[in-house]
Amino acid sequence: MSLRLEQCSARVGTFNLGPADLDLPGGAYGVLMGPTGSGKTTLLELIAGLAPLTSGRLSIAGQPSNELRPADRGIGYLPQDGVLFDTMTVAEHLDFAPRFGGWTQARRQQRVEELAERLGLNSLLKRKPEGLSGGERQRVGLGRALAGRPKLLLLDEPLSALDVEMHADLAQYLATIRDDQDVTVLHVTHNPQEADLLGTHHFRLNEGRILPTS
Amino acid sequence: MSVLGPGRSTGDRIFFGTLIGLGIAYILMVLGMLVADASFTTPAAMAAALAKPEIRHAFGLSFTTATVTAILSVWFGVPIGYLMARRNFPGKSLVDAILDVPIVLPPMVIGLSLLILFQTGLGRQLESGFAALFGVGITYEVPSIILAQFAVSCAFAIRTLRVTFDQLDPRCEDVARTLGCSSRQAFWHVVLPSAWKGVLSAGLLAWARALGEFGPVLVFSGATRMKTEVLPSTVFLELSVGDLEAAVAVSLILVAAAVGCLLLGRLLGLKVGR
Repeated sequence: MSLRLEQCSARVGTFNLGPADLDLPGGAYGVLMGPTGSGKTTLLELIAGLAPLTSGRLSIAGQPSNELRPADRGIGYLPQDGVLFDTMTVAEHLDFAPRFGGWTQARRQQRVEELAERLGLNSLLKRKPEGLSGGERQRVGLGRALAGRPKLLLLDEPLSALDVEMHADLAQYLATIRDDQDVTVLHVTHNPQEADLLGTHHFRLNEGRILPTS
Repeated sequence: MSVLGPGRSTGDRIFFGTLIGLGIAYILMVLGMLVADASFTTPAAMAAALAKPEIRHAFGLSFTTATVTAILSVWFGVPIGYLMARRNFPGKSLVDAILDVPIVLPPMVIGLSLLILFQTGLGRQLESGFAALFGVGITYEVPSIILAQFAVSCAFAIRTLRVTFDQLDPRCEDVARTLGCSSRQAFWHVVLPSAWKGVLSAGLLAWARALGEFGPVLVFSGATRMKTEVLPSTVFLELSVGDLEAAVAVSLILVAAAVGCLLLGRLLGLKVGR
């Protein structure tokens, strides 16, 4: 699923983003870098439909998506810090998108088991977010974002605040994610090594404008 | 390090000593009132007072109306509190101030305002429509008690719920919306379960407020025995006829209910009135 932004602008509070252009072909792993406060999170929210576009054109899989509800964009979104639902168990997080996507019970169950296995969450399925480590929370958040089989995955600093071992584990999983899940990824990070390891397409956001980098 | 222990300067000790002294004085005053109430009457005198049919009626009416008021306050408070916490719109400051009006208005004025409202054309229409539907009017009838209690309690419920929703991360709803939920579903399945403590706190606070409401009820509903008399009205009526023991007995019920409410809230880890 391709992602294209043409002269997209957004205004959130006093912050102005854009006009920004970005072209990410289907199946690519895009990495977006930029200084703190440059609007990386706002850009992801704009693509997810959580921040309104003031002008420009947004296409997801070739379809004009400016007016689409977040639920109809076929995306999975992992915000910074995971943002888990504190009253739900890990299993309920993994089941969330399939449940609201109207999947059958059997398919939902299978998806939860599959993701728990893949992300090493089997022993945590009955736990609630309180008491999970940073790495576990990120894995749960990632599993929740992937559960509905999105075609476009938006990751906001998914590896930040993880210890070295957990960082390497999750980075390794992300490196295989495109083959595993048939998904296009846009990943925001501050870490150049992470960008080099994972990215097939690199972008830099500066003063509200996006520039492709080598 | 203790606030008055070694390592503190004389200035620190005077400062913290003053704070502690004022705190102790206030707590002693509250405890003194409760102990004075409790020691004024005997269990036998209390039982005799509570056996009076008028007081038993007021007891039932108070607990019923306070419960209905608490449910209504939460029913209105949840959507209004959520809206105020999450949405920005023109005139929001004005709306915010209007929502606080019942908290700062003198209670008698709230009762009088309700009475006047129900004497206007719209109020009369509401009253006759209500009477046609339920077979009972509003003013000086039981529904007026609920309305008078609701006018005040709902403001407290809204304030509590707004703080509750303010403290919940709005990104949870955002994430839920990207995962297939509508805004309504995100609210029901993600926000409300996370806010249950706040909802329960608002309900307990509204219930306690409603149970103790006197001014608006007296003006809007009257204090007719066996009809619109609630427990605070009983205290007033018994005092006015000189039956101090009955007034104290009823006061103790109100104290017990209020303290019970606070203790239940603390037991459940809630922030009732905090």
